[in-house]
Amino acid sequence: MSRAIEVSGLGKEYRISHEARSINPTLRDALVDLFQRPLSRLTGRQGPSHEQFWALRDLSFTVEEGDVLGIIGRNGSGKSTLLKILSRIVDPTEGEVRIRGRVASLLEVGTGFHVELTGRENIYLNGAILGMTGREINRKFDEIVEFSEIEQFLDTPVKFYSSGMYVRLAFAVAAHLDPDVLIVDEVLAVGDAAFQRKCLGKMGEVAGTGRTVLFVSHGMATIEQLCNKAILLVHGVSEHGIEDVRTAVDRYLERQTESEVHYPTGPVRRLGVRQVGDRIDISLDYELKEPLNPPLLGVVISDHAGRPITGGDPQVLRQPRIGARLSGTITASLIEPKLLDGTYRLSVWFGDDWEHIFVEEQCLAFDVAGMSSSHQAASTVGPVQPKCIWHFDEPGQAAVYAASSRGRRER
Amino acid sequence: MTSQTSEVVIQAGRRRALDPRELWSFRELFYFFTWRDVKVRYRQTLIGAGWAIIQPLAAMLVFTVFFHNVAGVSSGNVPYAIFAYSGLLFWNYFSTVVTAMSNSLVNHQSVITKIYFPRVIPPVSSSLLGIVDFSFAFVIFVCLMIYYGSTPSVVGLLLIVPMLVLSLIFAVGVGILLAAVNVKYRDVRTAMPFLVQLMMFMTPVIYPLSSFPHRFVWIVNLNPMAGVISTMRAGLIGQGSIHWGQLGLSCVSAVIVLALGLSYFARSEKRFADII
Repeated sequence: MSRAIEVSGLGKEYRISHEARSINPTLRDALVDLFQRPLSRLTGRQGPSHEQFWALRDLSFTVEEGDVLGIIGRNGSGKSTLLKILSRIVDPTEGEVRIRGRVASLLEVGTGFHVELTGRENIYLNGAILGMTGREINRKFDEIVEFSEIEQFLDTPVKFYSSGMYVRLAFAVAAHLDPDVLIVDEVLAVGDAAFQRKCLGKMGEVAGTGRTVLFVSHGMATIEQLCNKAILLVHGVSEHGIEDVRTAVDRYLERQTESEVHYPTGPVRRLGVRQVGDRIDISLDYELKEPLNPPLLGVVISDHAGRPITGGDPQVLRQPRIGARLSGTITASLIEPKLLDGTYRLSVWFGDDWEHIFVEEQCLAFDVAGMSSSHQAASTVGPVQPKCIWHFDEPGQAAVYAASSRGRRER
Repeated sequence: MTSQTSEVVIQAGRRRALDPRELWSFRELFYFFTWRDVKVRYRQTLIGAGWAIIQPLAAMLVFTVFFHNVAGVSSGNVPYAIFAYSGLLFWNYFSTVVTAMSNSLVNHQSVITKIYFPRVIPPVSSSLLGIVDFSFAFVIFVCLMIYYGSTPSVVGLLLIVPMLVLSLIFAVGVGILLAAVNVKYRDVRTAMPFLVQLMMFMTPVIYPLSSFPHRFVWIVNLNPMAGVISTMRAGLIGQGSIHWGQLGLSCVSAVIVLALGLSYFARSEKRFADII
């Protein structure tokens, strides 16, 4: 087997400015800077308001042709930076990458879609942006339309599409790229479940034909299903390099034992979960560049082995619709169902109606204590405390009901 | 990313912003971006492409009333209306290109952070848009010439395309520089309308070059648009005469501005995705 991708000594350094102006520096700031710190500019040293940090450091690995490599790690561990360097979007600070063959990267569904253009027009535009030639798009046009299932809306501007239709069309274009190396970033986190399966199938097909695929996802199940190898990134460094996918996923899950995590960059600054009395509080601090209207939080609680127990999206959890927010804290207090003693894992989704901003699967672990009795342990009856209503029928009498939770009799 | 099966090498600090071979392989994207801009430009507007005609006509009317009738600006031997329109025709071409280019990278923010293509494509594609508006406005110009009975000279007719190219060279130089600065400092976006207005008053668009004090004329002549507009006025509506020396100076300064713009763009290009 020959080598498809060789990465050696790769590193990327970012400077974070700790002042509010960092989001969009203005000329005035630059001028003030110039006069206030002439010395540090001359010596090339950075002032105290900047902090350097390495998003990636000393990364070396080799991907064989035909490998499907999963890249796993927490938000902020350097996964996206790695994909952006491999896709040539950002320049590395040090090191080198060699990729053989035609590369296509798919870091977002519908890159370059224009809402005023029709579905048909967007197929051409998006195809061209993704690197297809006009002739290639013509050839695959019918196939793309069929895959997207939106034939009758082909000549409607995409701004009138539902988000599901939009995503289907966008993925249909991307799925028909014909690269030697495909780089994919968690684009499957959007769209309905049936279409997701279809996309996974299509990607499995791509992988099955000897193409090389690099895949980032927060879904460990998806990673295990699609990939044969994986690399775990922790704070921009990979200690173990490329491993068998099972080994890497286990290593990732073993590491997720904290009940609170802080992120130095990104929209989510802190994520925490704790037991308060008999409820579970899940809280998330966010700081955005553009307001979310409204910010929505979805959570899923899994058992220690990663099997989901309960949770849901903001609609199921009935999060109230507050207005647009730029920063703040969202706390979801889980009151029902009550969890019995044990260790649990938490997955989090954060975004708005339109797109996800932050997804992290099984990123936190927490313990529940004082909720079980000797008759009722999670190991014997399962992790959730039921609420049960008993119903007794006796001949010739009205039914007698009793709710188990408080033992109170009701008529 | 097209059909080459060669090796892609990514090395720290080795990115080339303006690689002719790479630009050639991405040639279709130039076309698709321009095609999109043309399609989207007047979508969901009532008057549509009529705006390309209304804008210079309305400006001509306003300037004729206020500068000619009220303030008494003279246009020499030709009617002020066609004098102003001939200036606005080329000035609008220049300012449309500069404005479109300066916002092009910022408008492509979401694409630039998600996919690779030579970053020079959005600004250059948007520079092609100005020619569409120019063509519409030029049709009206021909009507005005017939109405006012102007007779263009052969040299004037032959110079239309070279003058458009000269305007484009200058506009691309200014536009690509502003596009790159805009990525880092969004002040550009806010300052643009004001900047364009200021530049217009510094260019003999709505007044003749002869109204400048003679010893300052060389400063005005450093501005290629001054050369373009006075050359076209001489050649097409017979106002003044063509000064070849001035035109030569215009060409030199346009090329210098283009070189400066491109070199700044090439130097800052590799950090666009990091800071945009």
